[in-house]
Amino acid sequence: MKRIEAIIRKSKFEEVKKALYEVDIDWFSYWDITGLGKSTEEQVVRGQVFQSNYIQRRMLSIVVRDVNVEKTVNAIMNTARTGDPGDGKIFVCDVEQSYRIRTGETGPEALYNKE
Amino acid sequence: MKKVAFIIGLLMTAGAVSAQTAPAVIPVVDTGDTAWMIVATALVLLMTIPGLALFYGGLVRRKNVLNVLMQCIIITAVISIEWMVCGYSLSFGSSHGVLAPFIGGFDWAFLNGIHIGDLSPYFISHSQPTADGGTIGTIPHIIFILFQCMFAVITPALIIGAFSERIKFKGFLVFTILWSLFIYNPIAHWVWSSDGWLFKLGALDFAGGTVVHINAGIAAIVTALMLGKRRDYQGHAIPPHNIPHVFIGAALLWFGWFGFNAGSGLAADGLAANAFLVTHIAAATAALTWALLDWFHGGKPTIVGICTGAVAGLVAITPAAGFVDLTGALIIGVAVSVICFLMVAFVKPKLGYDDALDAFGVHGIGGILGAILTGVLATPIVQSAYSGAAYGNWHQLGVQAIAVATTLAYSGVGTFLLFKLTDKLVGVRADVAEEAIGLDESQHGETAYTAFD
Repeated sequence: MKRIEAIIRKSKFEEVKKALYEVDIDWFSYWDITGLGKSTEEQVVRGQVFQSNYIQRRMLSIVVRDVNVEKTVNAIMNTARTGDPGDGKIFVCDVEQSYRIRTGETGPEALYNKE
Repeated sequence: MKKVAFIIGLLMTAGAVSAQTAPAVIPVVDTGDTAWMIVATALVLLMTIPGLALFYGGLVRRKNVLNVLMQCIIITAVISIEWMVCGYSLSFGSSHGVLAPFIGGFDWAFLNGIHIGDLSPYFISHSQPTADGGTIGTIPHIIFILFQCMFAVITPALIIGAFSERIKFKGFLVFTILWSLFIYNPIAHWVWSSDGWLFKLGALDFAGGTVVHINAGIAAIVTALMLGKRRDYQGHAIPPHNIPHVFIGAALLWFGWFGFNAGSGLAADGLAANAFLVTHIAAATAALTWALLDWFHGGKPTIVGICTGAVAGLVAITPAAGFVDLTGALIIGVAVSVICFLMVAFVKPKLGYDDALDAFGVHGIGGILGAILTGVLATPIVQSAYSGAAYGNWHQLGVQAIAVATTLAYSGVGTFLLFKLTDKLVGVRADVAEEAIGLDESQHGETAYTAFD
């Protein structure tokens, strides 16, 4: 089992979501995040135009069975890309164990519906 | 406003007076005027809480929003009491001898000697003869006191925008009380009291451009400079934390301003209607102008921008509301947005001072522009006794300039001294940790948007 975390542009969220559904990833969590670094984006507040280094992005978190890792990553890679700097990153890490609270199923079985 | 111009007042409103009970030997309350002034008074309270509180509260970061709301509501509480204790008496009462043109006395302290049945000694367009041959207003004295109370409340609240996000609450509170006593009360007396020296000089300030906006605006820049920049200020505006709050606040200010301006004639009549008209149109014009400037300069019309423009228009029309017509309102609306936009978008970042929410840039600059343009655009069509430079009366422009300059000087120097004194007494600047964690938590032990259900 792997957890895939992807930081993407907010403007690409709908496309990524659709692409994930198309490869049968039908459930994930997301939240809005702020990145802070040396790159900047233009911002206007009360007529003052300035470069802001607070960058708004969206993070997706998806836990999948090993067989699904590649197609999930590809779905995100292909839809979240614009080619400009700031398209985001994808991280994949191991998940030691998972449990479905309702049934007590563990491991990969907890991640999908058998019926 | 508060033109106790006994003779002029009578001449101007002969029609209105005769409409009342003709053989009025005993003066009576005009129920129409009184009903409107009760509503107008409540509308002006709405400008501070929640109008200004939300407008400013939305503009700060979320760690400081409660501090702004608290400042607004405690000013409402404290200054309302101060007003009854001595503020009204010092502003609108009389004193004797050399001080009479500069400050009222303590005759009306705790509203001493003012009774339910008393009529307002202050009036503009509606008045009536008294049994002993004098002239008196048509609304209860108590309503006039309360109406003015709301002005005394909102003026120090406007200054909050300059020192937001970095002032110690105790210092803020001490300073606000001192400032109301020693700055607001005298200037209100100068401009609006029948004894006031600027009133006698003929300065025109229908609803408080000088007393409220220039006064608070200059105090704002002085306190912002003395307090220093926010420690993380980068030389440009910090994005607002809740723009819908800014919008609601601006909308409530716009709404409440009809009480502020259309109520400042102290009557429900044509002058109030004209004040309502020019107030609304100046706000609309300034809002549209700012949105277009935003669009042109920043690429997109912003909500914060159009709200700021509306407020700037309302500020600038305030002194003029009883003296200019529709044309004047359109000119003032365009002019104030252009000038304030330049001030906020270019001059402030260039000079580098941290007027956090542009209290000086909008209220100070907008107020000065409004006071000066009143001296230009005042038209005899509205009140026959008053005209400005555009109608040949250049003298009025000079008088307006004197009123602006003396207010800037007195309030500027006075604010400096009182802020210094407050710093010595209780301290004004939040320390590093207090400022970093936010004033909500460090000053009040509360957070606005908790992580708990």
